[in-house]
Amino acid sequence: MSDMNKKTVDPGKDNRKIKSVSRMKEIMTHYYIDAKTARESGKKVAWITSGGPVEPLIAMDVIPVYPENHGAMVGASKMGVDLCQKAEEMGYSSDLCSYARADIACAATQGGPIGGLPEPDFLVCCNNICGTVLKWYEVAARYYKVPLFILDTPFIHREMRKEAQQYVMSQIEEYIAFLEAQCGRKMDYDRMTDVGRLAVEGLRLWQAVLDTAAHKPSPITAFDLFFHLGLIVTLRGTQVTVDYYQGLLDEMNERIANNIAMVPGEKYRLLWDNLPVWYKTRWLSDKFASHKACLVADTYTSAWSGVLPLIDEDRFLETMSLSYSQVYINISHDMMIDKLSEMIRKYDADGLVMHSNRSCKPYSLGQYDLQKMVMEQLGIPTLIIEADMVDERHFAESQIETRIDAFMETLKS
Amino acid sequence: MMNPQDEILKKFQTVSENPHEYARSIKEQTGKKIIGFFCSYTPEELLQAAGVVPFRLFGTARDIELAESHLQSYCCSLVRGGLEDALRGRLDFMEGTVFPHTCDSIQRLSDIWRLNAGFDVHIDAVMPVKLNTPSARKYMVDVLAGVRKDLEKSLNITITDHAISESIELYNRIRSSLLSLYRMRSRKPAVIPQSAVYHTMKAAMVMDRAEFAKDLEALVASLEKLPVKDVETVRKRIMLSGGICNQPDIYKIIDKAGGEVVWDDLCTGLRYAAGFIEESNQPIEALANRYTRRIVCPAKHASITARGESLLAEVHKQKIDGVVFLHLKFCDPHAFDYPYLKDFLGRENVPSMLLEIEEQAPPEGQLRTRFETFIDML
Ligand code: SF4
Ligand code: SF4
Repeated sequence: MSDMNKKTVDPGKDNRKIKSVSRMKEIMTHYYIDAKTARESGKKVAWITSGGPVEPLIAMDVIPVYPENHGAMVGASKMGVDLCQKAEEMGYSSDLCSYARADIACAATQGGPIGGLPEPDFLVCCNNICGTVLKWYEVAARYYKVPLFILDTPFIHREMRKEAQQYVMSQIEEYIAFLEAQCGRKMDYDRMTDVGRLAVEGLRLWQAVLDTAAHKPSPITAFDLFFHLGLIVTLRGTQVTVDYYQGLLDEMNERIANNIAMVPGEKYRLLWDNLPVWYKTRWLSDKFASHKACLVADTYTSAWSGVLPLIDEDRFLETMSLSYSQVYINISHDMMIDKLSEMIRKYDADGLVMHSNRSCKPYSLGQYDLQKMVMEQLGIPTLIIEADMVDERHFAESQIETRIDAFMETLKS
Repeated sequence: MMNPQDEILKKFQTVSENPHEYARSIKEQTGKKIIGFFCSYTPEELLQAAGVVPFRLFGTARDIELAESHLQSYCCSLVRGGLEDALRGRLDFMEGTVFPHTCDSIQRLSDIWRLNAGFDVHIDAVMPVKLNTPSARKYMVDVLAGVRKDLEKSLNITITDHAISESIELYNRIRSSLLSLYRMRSRKPAVIPQSAVYHTMKAAMVMDRAEFAKDLEALVASLEKLPVKDVETVRKRIMLSGGICNQPDIYKIIDKAGGEVVWDDLCTGLRYAAGFIEESNQPIEALANRYTRRIVCPAKHASITARGESLLAEVHKQKIDGVVFLHLKFCDPHAFDYPYLKDFLGRENVPSMLLEIEEQAPPEGQLRTRFETFIDML
């Protein structure tokens, strides 16, 4: 199809462009410039895992850097295979998480989309997402010779036990003591309270953005959300983030008022599970749109705000141990099914697409059981796509295309 | 007639080659309950104190079919094979399973197992991941106390402090004899074939522990009497490092290639045998102390270089010529540590090689060539 044709077929394309995108790019660019020039401005840089408690860092004026966010950038800019191969040459098995592989190679070669991440002054690793981050941060701690703080959030098989809660709570105190030692000054608890409030406000707004997808037709797709997620991960607890999501929410509400659908002629509504396939988001988005299917929500971008009910903004630090321990990926899949069912109902999804992501064992192992539960308990069709979020060598395009087409046929019939 | 040591070794080998059969017979004879486990962080001492036989699961190398519909292919053969055994009913002699928290795959397996394998008893011991802080140690104590309570509840029994202390004594006896065996073997390799040590280790994790302790002590005593000289041989001294080893053939092949496995850092080897437990009046605390002091497994954190340092220390102490890393494919914790461990060794000119084992070990011919090349180079 030529560009000319596209225009005549799709007159609403400009309407559907999300205007906030440019603002987001601006904020992220500034953020990375700040992080890269932290030394000059006398600020400390901490690397932190995506599920980790960033709020105390913000309150201490430390610039948080997220290797996983960087990993996503590597994937989206299709530099994954090259970097992963470099890590493999260094002796890292090709079966390890591709975020970790790409990042380790970036550090060693100053490669990647932004020429490597700014060096950390210290590391904060919260294992509420996986055991991989523990090993990965150990690698980074040896490489950069900097202190490593581990926030250990015991996995929840059936319930969060009292002793686990106490353990995490005492570690939050240790975390703050660690930050004070690293920064050479005391935590300002008034500031911390403000940051906590801003974090909650940001999370609420982000959840409100996600909720707009419950409207039919949806003003936004999960593919857009993957992009807009950036700030809730990296700059949670700042005014910039609050303002940004307020703007995005306004934009979405306006679209709802004007009945603008992100997928023109939306007919099918799907839910996505697991991380995005970063190097194929465009392709997948077009593929589903060609079937008039909109990915209205996903378990990944909702993970951050999913714990909102557990946070008390007036007792932010105390409730943190509960909320950070109970993120979606740190619970058993019979606990996940409740959340998944709730989402399926809320967004009125017709089907579930699961990315079986060979990089991410904690997210992916158990998906087959989850799939069965969804089919039995909710009676909706499911599709599993075997791939990897960054390492393109594990994406069999034609095979996946056939599977998506077949899945959509069953949905249509 | 056989020597006493040969007789015992034959028994261990039979158990090691047919652990399920052994478990069935012991259950029949003694009426004891059997509880399975995957990892050396399982507080076996508590199971023993509960009157249960702790039974280590090694997975199966035989064709994976039923597990396919629960676990993707990018998951280690121990996890997939273990589930296959359970789903096929090969573990029907077990009452249930204890899952200590280690890696991401085991973490997910625990829930899949709980929901599909159909055992009565299922206990998760979500231990701390770091072992080097006071709050982690306190939590470790709490988790162990929790396992004790969970056992009491699911088996409807009481576990007394006295029973735990007795169990600790028994385990100390076992472990110190296992260490004697290792040391003897390192000093005089000719005293016993390495594959026999392998079978002994496997039996240690499967057999009725009181029976095993007696047999093992008799074995060590009679081996000590053997007139084997401390000869220095030209054979190369090899250390294995990695997770689980379920491949007796590997020892034979290394042997044929001119190597002598004299030491290891395996989950089914020295990491299991290491770590004396204080015999105090606070048995749960004593158990926690062993875990926080023992050689660390890569799924846990003691410090960023703890494993490298302890590996090097053993290499020097045991006069190792080369290290063979033995990893299961898709095992993340070990794969992450490999480059730095290799580097640690390399800096002191200790050669190493990596053998990654998929569902099955590589064919013998290929293995022999790889080991011969490595050993020739030493
Ligand atoms: S992708 Fe999965 S394994 Fe990798 S860092 Fe994220 S949660 Fe951990
Ligand atoms: S071999 Fe590795 S991946 Fe498999 S269960 Fe053990 S630690 Fe986990």
